[in-house]
Amino acid sequence: MGKIIPAKERLLKSEKNWMDGELRGKILVIICAVIMISATISITIFLGTKGLQSFIKNGVSLIEFLTSTQWNPTNKANPEYGAFPFIFGSFAVTFLSAIVAAPLGIGGAIFMTEIAPSWGRKILQPVVELLVGIPSVVYGFIGLTVLVPFVRGHVGGLGFSLLSGVIVLSIMILPTITTATDAMSALPKNLREGSYALGATRWQTIRKVLIPAALPSLLTAVVLGMARAFGEALAVQMVIGNVRDLPSNLLDASATLTTIITLNMGHTTYGSVENNTLWSMGLILLVMSFVFILLIRYLSSRRKM
Amino acid sequence: MKSLKKLSLLTLLAALMVFAAACGGGASTDKTEGKDKSTTPKTEEKKELSGSLSVSGSSAMQPLIAAAAEEFMNENPNVDIQVNAGGSGTGLSQVAEGSVQIGNSDVFAEEKEGIPADQLVDHKVAVVGMTAAVNPKVGIKDIKKEDLIKVFTGKITNWKELGGKDQKIVLVNRPDSSGTRAIFNKFALDGATPAEGITEDSSNTVKKIINETDGAVGYLAFSYFTDDSVTPLSIDGVEPTAENVQSGKFPVWAYQHSYTKGEADGLAKAFLDYLMSDDIQTTLLKEQGYLPVTKMKVERDAKGNQKNI
Repeated sequence: MGKIIPAKERLLKSEKNWMDGELRGKILVIICAVIMISATISITIFLGTKGLQSFIKNGVSLIEFLTSTQWNPTNKANPEYGAFPFIFGSFAVTFLSAIVAAPLGIGGAIFMTEIAPSWGRKILQPVVELLVGIPSVVYGFIGLTVLVPFVRGHVGGLGFSLLSGVIVLSIMILPTITTATDAMSALPKNLREGSYALGATRWQTIRKVLIPAALPSLLTAVVLGMARAFGEALAVQMVIGNVRDLPSNLLDASATLTTIITLNMGHTTYGSVENNTLWSMGLILLVMSFVFILLIRYLSSRRKM
Repeated sequence: MKSLKKLSLLTLLAALMVFAAACGGGASTDKTEGKDKSTTPKTEEKKELSGSLSVSGSSAMQPLIAAAAEEFMNENPNVDIQVNAGGSGTGLSQVAEGSVQIGNSDVFAEEKEGIPADQLVDHKVAVVGMTAAVNPKVGIKDIKKEDLIKVFTGKITNWKELGGKDQKIVLVNRPDSSGTRAIFNKFALDGATPAEGITEDSSNTVKKIINETDGAVGYLAFSYFTDDSVTPLSIDGVEPTAENVQSGKFPVWAYQHSYTKGEADGLAKAFLDYLMSDDIQTTLLKEQGYLPVTKMKVERDAKGNQKNI
């Protein structure tokens, strides 16, 4: 790394043994890129064809699928395929957990970068990294053993509820949102110094200068967290109750797209209508993750301006 | 530097291979067959079994089949049996398309949509009995079938209507597509559609929820009634015991099926014969909480018609 070889010598060397230098490196990284791209494209195509089959081949109405609240695929005489309660459940847990986790995560990020950059960071950073490392099944199991009885005993309802799902997800996406720390500490120093020079206090600086300056990055972090919440299956499935009715309040049991897929996928046979509708739910998840990515792209393009 | 580059190339190749292996799900059977051929000539004794067998399907049957496979492999050290759980639907689909040799299911293949049941051969290896289970605080041990239907369809909402404690009834269901749910609906609820309730797939989770929630009722296989944490219900005065299932008095039970595509042959046949042997049927099945299929005094077809043997 340290040694600087003049361009001329490098060229000579690559002429001598072409496989030893530039070309080989180029081929290696091109292979990597091609694998990544083809994996993504083939997953998208596969999910697209599988997910559309229930509408094209099995004649399930797209409008019924997206808006009806009646989900009854095993009723042989009159099967109903309304996935709206699950779509609603997915969005409800995602947005509610973002509302809970965003202030917490951004607050933690500000604490780490502005209030106590030395010791605060030393404590909080490992804590956040630990949260990332805990597998989602463990979150779910703790939720089932601790959170569900707690909600049942102290808040009400059965314990299996939208609320439990939101709490578990909030904790799970906290680390993702706290990555906004990097954006905060990357802000140019002269912003802070300029603000202090104008006589602003530390809190005024944070509130009026730093947060607005870092806002696009903060929002990107929140959207990333939401994308994770939207796709999480295991932990949510264990605490949300998986009821196919629309929840009327926070203490009602509910279901999400991911929990219905994981609950039913193994029991259904390939090619059956029910299996295909599960793929359609998977397609909705994919489309939503594209939407989240577009949102992130939009937010980060604003940051550059 | 040079060695580093070689190393990176190796790593990349390894990653490629993993990728290829992950992609080629269908190719794995070819591999097993190849292995089959390569190991067969090595065996000296003709009677000794060798090769590999892949089994997938019902997660309820997985512990039984895995335990049997382990004993089978101890007796035949050259045999390799892979037992995967994935659900009855997965098992049936995979055996129908030939990617596994044995597919386990807790329902008849005829009951699942999109399965060529006529190509599959049914081997009933065990029987499992199930019954409704309630939280012990409910204070009920016996229930009439008509009341059970009313409980599960939401027509009765408090246990005091049935002489129990003044507790709200909380239903714990299985997913729509679950075999356990299908059996329970058919034979305990006479085909009635249960009302909405908490839905969980795993029997252990269902047991945990029933135990922790006041007024909860769900359904479990007999093998889960090992302690006092949940109370199994008698139906119409018939206790949920192995004897009552075998004599046909207790209605809620199901076969555990192992399906093969076409007649079983080779290793698959040897393993299925092993599962039906007295040794396994009387000892291992009992340990795992299943009932021996060989002791049944009644039998049932795919449509649910029952007759005495």
